[in-house]
Amino acid sequence: MITSTSKYKNITCDPEKCIGCQLCEYICSFKKVGEYNSYRSRIRTVRVDEILITAVACRTCENAPCVTVCTRDALSQDHVTGIIHLDATLCDGCAWCIEACDFGAISINPMTKLAEICDQCEDEEDGPQCVIWCPKDALELTTPDQRAQKARRKLVTDEALR
Amino acid sequence: MYGYHGKILHIDLTNRKTWTEEKPESWYKMYIGGVSMASRLAWENIEPGCDPLSPGNPICFANGIFAGTPVPVGAKYGLASKSPLTGWIGDSLSGSWFSVALKRTGWDGIVVHGASDSWVNVFVDDDRVQFRRADKYLGMGTFETEEAIRDDLMDDQVRSATIGPAGEHGVLFANVTNDGRQAGRTGHGAVWGSKKLKALSVRGTQGVRVADSDTLMKISFTAIEAAQGPDTAKYRILGTATNVLNMNNLGLLPTRNYQEGVFEWAEDVSGEYLEEHHKVKKIACAQCPIACEQVSAAKQGLYAGAMTGIEYECLYANGPNCGIRDMNAIIKMIEICDHGGQDAMSSGVTVSWAMESFERGVLKKEDFRCAKYPEGFEANFGNSEAGVTLTEMIRDREGIGALLSLGTRRASAQIDTERGTDSYKWAMNIKGLENPGYDARGLKTFALGLAVGTRGGCHNRTAAYDPDIKGDVDRFSVDETRGAVAKDTEEYAAVYDTLPLCKFIRRSFTGKADRAGAWPAIAALINATTGWDFEYGDVDLIGERAFTIKKAFNIREGWTRSDDVLNYRWHHDPMTKGPSAGHVVSYEELEYMKDLYYEAKGWTKDGLIPKEKLVSLGMDDVADQIGV
Repeated sequence: MITSTSKYKNITCDPEKCIGCQLCEYICSFKKVGEYNSYRSRIRTVRVDEILITAVACRTCENAPCVTVCTRDALSQDHVTGIIHLDATLCDGCAWCIEACDFGAISINPMTKLAEICDQCEDEEDGPQCVIWCPKDALELTTPDQRAQKARRKLVTDEALR
Repeated sequence: MYGYHGKILHIDLTNRKTWTEEKPESWYKMYIGGVSMASRLAWENIEPGCDPLSPGNPICFANGIFAGTPVPVGAKYGLASKSPLTGWIGDSLSGSWFSVALKRTGWDGIVVHGASDSWVNVFVDDDRVQFRRADKYLGMGTFETEEAIRDDLMDDQVRSATIGPAGEHGVLFANVTNDGRQAGRTGHGAVWGSKKLKALSVRGTQGVRVADSDTLMKISFTAIEAAQGPDTAKYRILGTATNVLNMNNLGLLPTRNYQEGVFEWAEDVSGEYLEEHHKVKKIACAQCPIACEQVSAAKQGLYAGAMTGIEYECLYANGPNCGIRDMNAIIKMIEICDHGGQDAMSSGVTVSWAMESFERGVLKKEDFRCAKYPEGFEANFGNSEAGVTLTEMIRDREGIGALLSLGTRRASAQIDTERGTDSYKWAMNIKGLENPGYDARGLKTFALGLAVGTRGGCHNRTAAYDPDIKGDVDRFSVDETRGAVAKDTEEYAAVYDTLPLCKFIRRSFTGKADRAGAWPAIAALINATTGWDFEYGDVDLIGERAFTIKKAFNIREGWTRSDDVLNYRWHHDPMTKGPSAGHVVSYEELEYMKDLYYEAKGWTKDGLIPKEKLVSLGMDDVADQIGV
């Protein structure tokens, strides 16, 4: 069963645009827990070396493995948006979801010991706050199809200008 | 208390002990953070008159007030010790993730005392401190050490300030590196090496909370958006390397050890050329929306594969100043400095001293013997292989590299004593710190700012080139306004260095960089962070106190008026080419401007600080020790 492709929107980062400033983490942790703390952010910047930098958040996989493996049915996936929801009364912090996620997009909150995952700021009127704050417009909330369309358009523009 | 934790961590390397010092809110209101708080910690903890490389010279970290918040460019920390290069206060700034991680540990500052008898990596893990063996990291470069520690501790969020081989070997202008940024100047790396401290690592898991998030977020968001506009375009597009052509056009680009101010191949070493031929990626510090660092690579020839961030100051020092036009070689020299952990400015200016000494016959080919060239080599200006080899020899203190690793002041004194020569005349340093990339013979107010600066030849602590270059004053002459201008510009810079905020954001609050343009926003940010009630005048005082504590440190170390001088060349030898040709800074001009400056500062004619002046700044205990 293919899981890691998706018809849903998710937040992606363009590594060519990302400068590694981590503002997305600050804003995410502030929106979710009222403090600035990378350990509490649901989007994480990754710097593999000096010039290889990007950010990772939930990819909203179809048939999301984290949901499948959850032993207590604490995780569920919204069938319209693909967003993974957590039922805090069921989660016991076992971290199976972390094992299952190929993208390292789930973390365990060090205070509550419960799972945390990007919800695309679905409660915010203007959408994901990290996307709004990203100074280089490296982040976007799109479906894989939309990204493919964009890549095709860019290709055409680049070739036309060549 | 918002914005601060109220405590400083003390670490004693000799006895492997730690203790906590609590500080009152009033202390933070005076010294804020960055260079001011670091220098204050040095004032409180150093043994006056100590040898900078002895256990009595502590390493003092002070974090920034905005580190760990979304305030743009606020992730910076200050580092202070007595400088082994200058003998005066050595205060540096570095940026990025280290300061954010430090903020989240719950400590506002760290003071490292004593010296270890074996190489150590101190790991501050929230409120716990571990002394880890560091032998396995010896010989590793700065970037490599940081990665190795992260791998060993298995957490991406561990951030380390490290020294490279240059610091291990005791190069007097070795520096401290974290996250690819450097506390670059005045030789902190040598102090760390003397303590056998290879790296200080931090991991903080605590969140940062501020007094008024709404206001803080609002001002920050506006500034972040503005920082994508024309006010920071210079830094975003070409980075500071854009200055190469600007300075060349003004006749101020140090060329062949400051013999001239125009370089015939300036186009080949310009920011524009770098962007077109060597650019790899632009990267940012933590919390920075600008991303000025131009990571650039040597793409062909002997040095292909060399890669590092290129700034104007590194570029002038290792390029035109050594007569070198091959950008590949310049990138290689800067990479050796950055990975080896040595100040690329002092390194380049020391190499250029050696090159001029060779051309004038003071140093001979056989002086340049090394493993790579057993017969020595001809260290002419423009010889890029000589530049690269000398940079490596300094890092490793190999052959003549051992002499050059002492910096231009000591190297020239030693050669002149041994050989009866006068190479001090082209030793380009002020107070022992090698000069920056703006020739002060054509910038008279800047000349004053450099001469009276507490850390020597540094463009960051005095911004007095600004009115000179902008034409607010005549850059070739002196007049009665210059004392006040030098005071204003150095205290302006000190505000940014104390918060610290990177100066590149200075126009992004309102479009204007002056006090009226920036201070109200800065006061509002301080208040939103801490809940205090700072006003315009309080922001000004931050800068005055910062400069005063550094000056007080130097006075306690024996500073007198005669220490505020320039290097010989700027006083005696005019340049012969370009728009700044024909000028020197005469001793009369400098002494006249010093009188004006001390008066503007409210100091005595001897440049000492009256007791009542210190008391008016709230620095009573300083008044007791050095006030007159």
